[in-house]
Amino acid sequence: MIARLKIEQPGLGVTAQDCGRTKYRALGVPLSGALDLLQLAAANALAGAPEGSAGLEILLAAPSFRVEKGPLRVGLAGAYSGMLTRADGSQQKIAGWRGLVLQTGDLLALRLTRGPAYVGFSGGLDLPLILGSRSTFLRGKFGGFCGRALMAGDTLRCAAAEGEEAAAPVFAHEQGPLRFIPGPQDQNFTPEALAAFTATEWRVSAASDRMGMRLAGPKLTHRPGGANIVSDGATPGAIQVPGDGQPIVLRADCQTSGGYAKIGCVISADVFRAGHFFAGEAVTFTPVGHQQAAEARQNLHAKLAQWRDKITPVKQPWDLEKLWSENLISGAFSGE
Amino acid sequence: MRSEPRVLPLGDAAATVTFGDSINPEMHERALGLAARLALQPLPGVIEWAPAFASVTLWYDPDQITFDALRASLAPVLREGARKKIEGASFVIPFCRDADFAPDLAETAALKNLSPDQYIDRFAGVVFEVAMLGFQPGFAYLGGLPDALDAPRLATPRKHVPARSVAVADGMCAAYPLDSPGGWRLIGRTPAPLFDPRNPERPALLTPCDKLRWRPIDRATFERLERQWAENFSPDVLRESS
Repeated sequence: MIARLKIEQPGLGVTAQDCGRTKYRALGVPLSGALDLLQLAAANALAGAPEGSAGLEILLAAPSFRVEKGPLRVGLAGAYSGMLTRADGSQQKIAGWRGLVLQTGDLLALRLTRGPAYVGFSGGLDLPLILGSRSTFLRGKFGGFCGRALMAGDTLRCAAAEGEEAAAPVFAHEQGPLRFIPGPQDQNFTPEALAAFTATEWRVSAASDRMGMRLAGPKLTHRPGGANIVSDGATPGAIQVPGDGQPIVLRADCQTSGGYAKIGCVISADVFRAGHFFAGEAVTFTPVGHQQAAEARQNLHAKLAQWRDKITPVKQPWDLEKLWSENLISGAFSGE
Repeated sequence: MRSEPRVLPLGDAAATVTFGDSINPEMHERALGLAARLALQPLPGVIEWAPAFASVTLWYDPDQITFDALRASLAPVLREGARKKIEGASFVIPFCRDADFAPDLAETAALKNLSPDQYIDRFAGVVFEVAMLGFQPGFAYLGGLPDALDAPRLATPRKHVPARSVAVADGMCAAYPLDSPGGWRLIGRTPAPLFDPRNPERPALLTPCDKLRWRPIDRATFERLERQWAENFSPDVLRESS
């Protein structure tokens, strides 16, 4: 059974994303996918969607949508607030880290105190696979919903689903510096630049998007001729430093190759965090080795598994009353 | 003298095998040789790879293979030192050099003491070869621009380069599959779709080692082909008839 919902307010920076588009990087096709894959996984878990399903990524402002054909489940991973207006007019305040069951006619008006955040849908969003992925690549105008951000009037489809509502604790990322492995071109920088890179509290510049996070701080000096390299592979998390000495941390939509020296690359356990910084905020970096990167990755897997275990069903009010009345009748729940 | 390839970390989920730090045929053939070898016999844990001018970047699953294990499994492959010149396809691709498509033609031609007509005549006689793809989906770096036609990149990149612009700079030629910023010199525009995400078999028109020539066309032909190919396009129509 297919469920359907219509976007009433499109929000800002709202795109469909899954785990990204692999296998085509040799043709210059970026990975794309959720900036924070863990939070997308959490949204899918709360919606009861299979791992790797496509959901919505919200960067700046959250959308409102009305269910045209229910029931369906949504999973809200992020610092949401807002209002759910049921078809009968009754209203309920919304919080993040919940799985909700929506019925035909329900209007979910989401608010977001901070992005990125994710909405998962039962069965995952029903979108065509483009080069093996449902992720939106905005610059390429392909993938996701018609290759673009959502607009008012768009209709999304997912699988129909009912069941219990769910709640989970906040999945909080670690704080602290972004850990990176030096290279491939750390040798292209002066020792002073390498030291300054890790000693500096960098400021995120306004010109940051899904392709990269630009940083402002002291100028990092390359060794003579070290700024421009023969183009080689680039990947999300890579820290490019062009001739102006101001680092750019590449993000999910980054190009697959680049001609600027890369001082290092953020480890996979921290690359999800790199999507959470906004203009004016401070970022610091600390170098690690492959062993520490592997441990961080294992810790993160374990943390996500523990978080999943804490997802608990939430009975709806009428369910509770029904439960009580049954217990009273049967007497099976006597505390005496 | 042959330098030893180096395997450099690109974070904990990718690594770049580099054969050198310049653009030359030998290093390029070694990069293509490694990519071809990986295609024949994939290494465990390696998800995908992309050859560049003098390197190959591999993306791997760190839960399946460590960087050290990857480097160890690459060592015998690199010792083989395969060099490869793939026999690519040959294309003739039309392009139109009308003034609005070619804002940098007059200046670039003047830098080489040529008139725009002379520049385009010579340009149309060059056989280019695809070195690598990157920057954008389907963006092919075309080697073979002779010195007589070469000019450096623009000092200030354009904020907006229209899709399918044909451009030259720094000894190379390229055509932009998508609208984007860009610093190359625009000398024309092709009506040919350079990237089609709906064709999973061959999304990019050009792949490494393909050869191509540019064929000048007039505006009317450009507009007719652009309309026609927006509806229905097969790369085969651009193949050079042998």
